[in-house]
Amino acid sequence: MSQTTDDGLVRPGVGGGLADVVRARFLLKLLVRKELKVRYRGSVLGLLWSYVKPGVQFIVFYIALGVFLGLEKSPRNENGLPNYAIYLFSGIVLINFFTEALGNASRSIVGNGGLIKKIYLPRQLFPVASVWVSAVHFFPQLVILVAACLFAGWHPSVFQLGAAVLGFVIVALLSTGLGLLFGAANVYFRDSENFVDMLLMVATWASPVMYSWTMVQDKLGPVWFTLYQVNPITVAVETFHWAFWLPTTDGSTPVPPHLLSIWLPVGLVVSALVLLWGQLTFRRLEGRFAQEL
Amino acid sequence: MTTAIEVRGINKQFVLRHTRSIKEAFVWLMKGRKGDLSAKFHALRDVDLTVAQGETVALLGFNGSGKSTLLKHISGVMIPDSGTVRTRGRVAGLIEVGAGFHHDLSGRDNVYLNGAILGMTEAQIKERFDSIVEFAEIGEFIDTEVKFYSSGMYLRLAFSVAVHTDPEVFLVDEILAVGDEPFQKKCIAKIQELAAEGKTLVVVSHDLDLVARICDRGVLLDHGNVMFDGPIDEAVARMRGQR
Repeated sequence: MSQTTDDGLVRPGVGGGLADVVRARFLLKLLVRKELKVRYRGSVLGLLWSYVKPGVQFIVFYIALGVFLGLEKSPRNENGLPNYAIYLFSGIVLINFFTEALGNASRSIVGNGGLIKKIYLPRQLFPVASVWVSAVHFFPQLVILVAACLFAGWHPSVFQLGAAVLGFVIVALLSTGLGLLFGAANVYFRDSENFVDMLLMVATWASPVMYSWTMVQDKLGPVWFTLYQVNPITVAVETFHWAFWLPTTDGSTPVPPHLLSIWLPVGLVVSALVLLWGQLTFRRLEGRFAQEL
Repeated sequence: MTTAIEVRGINKQFVLRHTRSIKEAFVWLMKGRKGDLSAKFHALRDVDLTVAQGETVALLGFNGSGKSTLLKHISGVMIPDSGTVRTRGRVAGLIEVGAGFHHDLSGRDNVYLNGAILGMTEAQIKERFDSIVEFAEIGEFIDTEVKFYSSGMYLRLAFSVAVHTDPEVFLVDEILAVGDEPFQKKCIAKIQELAAEGKTLVVVSHDLDLVARICDRGVLLDHGNVMFDGPIDEAVARMRGQR
């Protein structure tokens, strides 16, 4: 929690970054539990809302995009994607996780201002707890996804399951990194949370959640498509498609080239760098939180 | 004597007014950068303070003299612009008790959450839980959400958690006016007991008679400067004389 000097005296308020979060994991656990308890307080449906909201969102997108805009493969529409419902849902659960995690993490420091102003504790706990809570909400959606996949004849390989875990890790690292960055910036400029809202809207469409990656490649050409692929969310979504959606089809749909050999490691590295950046920025800014809040 | 708190030449400036909108910054630029975009305020000026282990120190001064700011530097909530603050052992604050309480959680959950926020481990909280509830005189209401507590019950529970954190250095900021009179007496007795046990205490209070009873040493602050540092009776007399 503090920096030790030679004679046993320590400087208070000098944090050890994310290492402090590991040390304070009991407090992290309690903060996560608090959030989960408080989130749906006083509502009849309670935690069911975590199922209902993505469910309705999925139905709306499926009807609008799959049926009306013709992305679903059917006898009258040979160019569509087979099992579009699963294609869509496997991307949506990941985007929902990212949206909730980053949105809440960006607001977490200002939201806990009352506490941060009065008591010293590792402040990184708040964004990390937000991401953790979102991961808990992600889980029931994953269960529904797996159930739907099994119903559609899912037969994944061990590699595909492993890749899905890495896809999740990419999004978790990225949202923690950006959450630290924007959470800290939000203390100084409340523009930050509005910027994040905008970013999240863009993120939903800047990765192949609703549409197929081949459409992007056809329109953009190889150079711009490479840039498109650098986005870690794109890679994570494509990985999820490979793990959950592809094994439910006849497997004839092409996977983005070098998805596993190049893009998955690139996605992990980019996310890790963003986390490092967020962490460094957070540590530089946190010294003045108490007086700026 | 072993040093518990060592404050060396710390300065702290606060920016009073922020211009954060593009519009205001633009107007300022157009007017030829007249005036400061932000005014600054010196909260602490070259403050030195060394507290030995087991000392009981009162920080005295009028509102805005920098007492609470100094306390926040010792607790680590704030970091000085220049100078250093160093402490030995765990420092815990009875600063604004109940800051970590959440209205929608039960008393029990809040004891755990607040205990962990104040730096207690899971085992410590479990071990002291009964003692915390007993001291707070909450009894059967411990599983009720704290939003249904009376303000007295709320403060008693918060104080009780804070006082059970058992740190080496206690920072107390104006919370001795907790609850009704019997409970206030109990709190003061508890703080005196801590002092007798050899805990280091730093107290901020406007209740001069009370701090004279608890503390041995008084530090008088005025506009961020240390005006006097010595025996509590003399500090209190000076404080009264200034008025």
